[in-house]
Amino acid sequence: MSVTVTINGQSVSVPDGATLLEACRSEEIDTPTLCYLENLTPVNACRVCVVEVEGSRTLVPACSRPAEEGMVVQTETDRVKHSRKMVLEFLASSVDLSTADSTLSGWMETYGADPSRYGTPAPPTEDRDHRHAGHHVAASGAETETVAQPAKIDNGLYMRDYSKCILCYKCVEACGEDAQNTFAIAVAGRGFDARISTEFDVGLTDSACVFCGNCIGVCPTGALMFRSEYELRQAGVWNEDEQNVTRTVCSYCGVGCNLELHTQDNRIVKVTSPMDHSVTDGHLCIKGRFGYEYVQNLDDDLATTPVDIVLRVARNS
Amino acid sequence: MNKVATEAERGAVDGLLDSLPAGWDGNPLDGRLAFSGLHRSQQLRHLLLPALDAVQSEIGWVSPGALDYICSTLIVPPAEAYGVATFYALISTTPLAPIVVHVCDDICCRDRGAVEIIGALRTVFGEPRSAEGPATWMTSPCLGQCDRAPAVFIQRAGQDDLVIAPANPASVLAVVDGLIQPMTVSTASTTLLGRPGGESLEAYQQGGGYVALAVAASQGPDRTIAEIKASNLRGRGGAAFPAGIKWEAVAGIASDCKYVICNADESEPGTFKDRDLMESNPYALVEAMTIAGFATGATRGYIYIRGEYPLATARLRSAIREAYAAGLIGSDVGGHGFAFDLELRRGQGAYICGEETALMNSIEGKRGEPRNKPPFPTVSGLFGKPTVINNVETLVNVIDIIEQGGETWAQVGTADSTGPKLFCLSGAVAKPGVYEVAFGATLRDLLDLAGGATGDIQAILLGGAAGSFVTDDQLDIPLTFEGSRAAGVSLGSGVIMVFDTSTDMTDVARRLAQFFRDESCGQCVPCRVGTARIEENLARKLNGHGDLDLQLIDDIDIAMKDASICGLGHTAATAVRSLIDLGLI
Repeated sequence: MSVTVTINGQSVSVPDGATLLEACRSEEIDTPTLCYLENLTPVNACRVCVVEVEGSRTLVPACSRPAEEGMVVQTETDRVKHSRKMVLEFLASSVDLSTADSTLSGWMETYGADPSRYGTPAPPTEDRDHRHAGHHVAASGAETETVAQPAKIDNGLYMRDYSKCILCYKCVEACGEDAQNTFAIAVAGRGFDARISTEFDVGLTDSACVFCGNCIGVCPTGALMFRSEYELRQAGVWNEDEQNVTRTVCSYCGVGCNLELHTQDNRIVKVTSPMDHSVTDGHLCIKGRFGYEYVQNLDDDLATTPVDIVLRVARNS
Repeated sequence: MNKVATEAERGAVDGLLDSLPAGWDGNPLDGRLAFSGLHRSQQLRHLLLPALDAVQSEIGWVSPGALDYICSTLIVPPAEAYGVATFYALISTTPLAPIVVHVCDDICCRDRGAVEIIGALRTVFGEPRSAEGPATWMTSPCLGQCDRAPAVFIQRAGQDDLVIAPANPASVLAVVDGLIQPMTVSTASTTLLGRPGGESLEAYQQGGGYVALAVAASQGPDRTIAEIKASNLRGRGGAAFPAGIKWEAVAGIASDCKYVICNADESEPGTFKDRDLMESNPYALVEAMTIAGFATGATRGYIYIRGEYPLATARLRSAIREAYAAGLIGSDVGGHGFAFDLELRRGQGAYICGEETALMNSIEGKRGEPRNKPPFPTVSGLFGKPTVINNVETLVNVIDIIEQGGETWAQVGTADSTGPKLFCLSGAVAKPGVYEVAFGATLRDLLDLAGGATGDIQAILLGGAAGSFVTDDQLDIPLTFEGSRAAGVSLGSGVIMVFDTSTDMTDVARRLAQFFRDESCGQCVPCRVGTARIEENLARKLNGHGDLDLQLIDDIDIAMKDASICGLGHTAATAVRSLIDLGLI
């Protein structure tokens, strides 16, 4: 069974149940997405993928709207471009996007997003985890509120910098029903003060977290990061151009998860799994994700490259 | 962190579970079945908000230990329960003094004494949200008492919540000290409002109550829906959707379980009509819900009432209890051969839960975040089942429609706007209150009913915070669905709030923007950030940091209208935009 829709005047046939995003992508129509990921349930929260559907009063999120027979869709209208631009401006004016995927800056350019017109960004605050729903401190108008806040570093495996969080819900989904079923994190608070949190903001080591790192795997902005990557970035020696990615099979058990070992200076600095791998769907467990230290005995290594030094300090911290 | 619940905390949760009727631990989709194939956790999750409410009401805040006990009892992950608890303004996850005074500083109350009350409370109890001392205070969005402004709502650990309206510094302090009990007077005065027999079920029946249910039962579901359709009754909550179409859609779907919900989460600033309806005659709402259940084949109903309405809550609880005792709800309603169960659920301080799908998520024990539509609730609503959801005023009209017949009832009003309509008059009018008129009355008629403006009219807010302002050259707008549409305004929930020339409209605009910044659920980017940016822009002007950026406000408004998930974002900048267009800010 297939349905036929019209996108920008072109007739497009997609399988029954396919979304408008899938229809757009089948025609290679560039459609920005932030909260969408192939291996997660769409939450349609970021609204950057909105398109215009004839007969609909508002724009509709392409990522979650099933294509229906005869739908007439426009993706290049001024309305669509305006909303996409505004979503990107809203995020860039409130969130640190410096480590986000480079496609994001490309979209910012495409849609003419100008976050500077919102005014002077406010400095980081320390109270974001303790704000009460419905009781924000009224804006002064002198500066522009942001989500800037101190990074959370409470374990040796990964860190959380919610200054970079666009609240796409992906980590919550990966921690919960879409992958890990651990439910260590959820969205807490409300409105601009909404944030990803454990219960009562306890540290990860006191939470239900099992350190599978699947939240890192789905984070689009680098808010969740391997400690190794974070420390190398802090030290100024992280260099993706010099990294190799080697695909291999995890040796811990018999499931057969594929690993992608990201190496720099012959050291493993990050581990991912291919999103399209039939076993993992991009998700791993703590062993596959973080259990690689035994292959690079940093203590006995005499060749102390900058990468080695940073990794050793991070591991021992 | 101490994660062990105290005896009192455990008692509050256990007390809630003990109070539930037999079969409560079975399928939430049908309280009479103990086993449904659902996991136990899915069966209990919907009790999360009532459990948080029980602890908050009894203890005064939800501690880590209490949350942990709730989670282990209801089998909910602690992080998710914390996410739900922190979504609601009336649930505190930090310690608070046992008495919390919520002072409405919204657009009606702030010019009518709220500032003085806040000043007095600050002098006596210090800064807001304190855990020390016998009492503390905080500001609140509209409490739905605008006809007797200024209002305060008081949460008291271990005792019933209360409302003082009108309040003044002396009366608030006296109530906090336990010296006096507040007086709460209903202003009911007209037909919808003045339905006889509000004092007891017996009096309600003697006054003609439950005739409509008997009529509906004798003519059957199809004819009942046909009458509602013939009446052209349109929703009174703001969206004006034809009620008969909703009912017909749900009735037409074969499902093992369907629901009817009464949206009594009346939180639109300036709105208090539903509160009056529920306080003056809760029995009529219970009867109307039963008729809706009968007509659509729904066997279970929920009334979701806002947490700041303690009197209406108490009256509805009692009305539901009486109806159960009289066999007018339950397994065989009134001997008519159908089953209908009805449950009251309290909101906990979240305007967004008045959005229908957010309300459903709230009942399900989730964060009150709206769902993307489609699917619409008539297809996939509460617990994913077909659901009719109607506003209080919409439902109460059903009784007259059934008794009189849809066509007869529709003779009142205009062709497109049938029946009577309640309007909430507040602000600078001589006699604020709820006024019932036949559809067709103009804005001028309503102002006259309320004794006219008390000063020179600067602006009138129509439809609430999500509505828009008009000026006194627009007093001849007919307040009908078609008339308001032609004038480019919205009836919304029937708000008519008058501002005289003494009010600083920039301050009003900023407070409206603050309201939406506070009440946005935060799920979608346009609303989460857009509401913050609108408030900043207005604060910039109000606090002398610069002028309004009209282009930016326009850009934000368009993006929120086009790309937000729900109606909150769609309308969040409408009122501010109208003030700009009128040249008032």
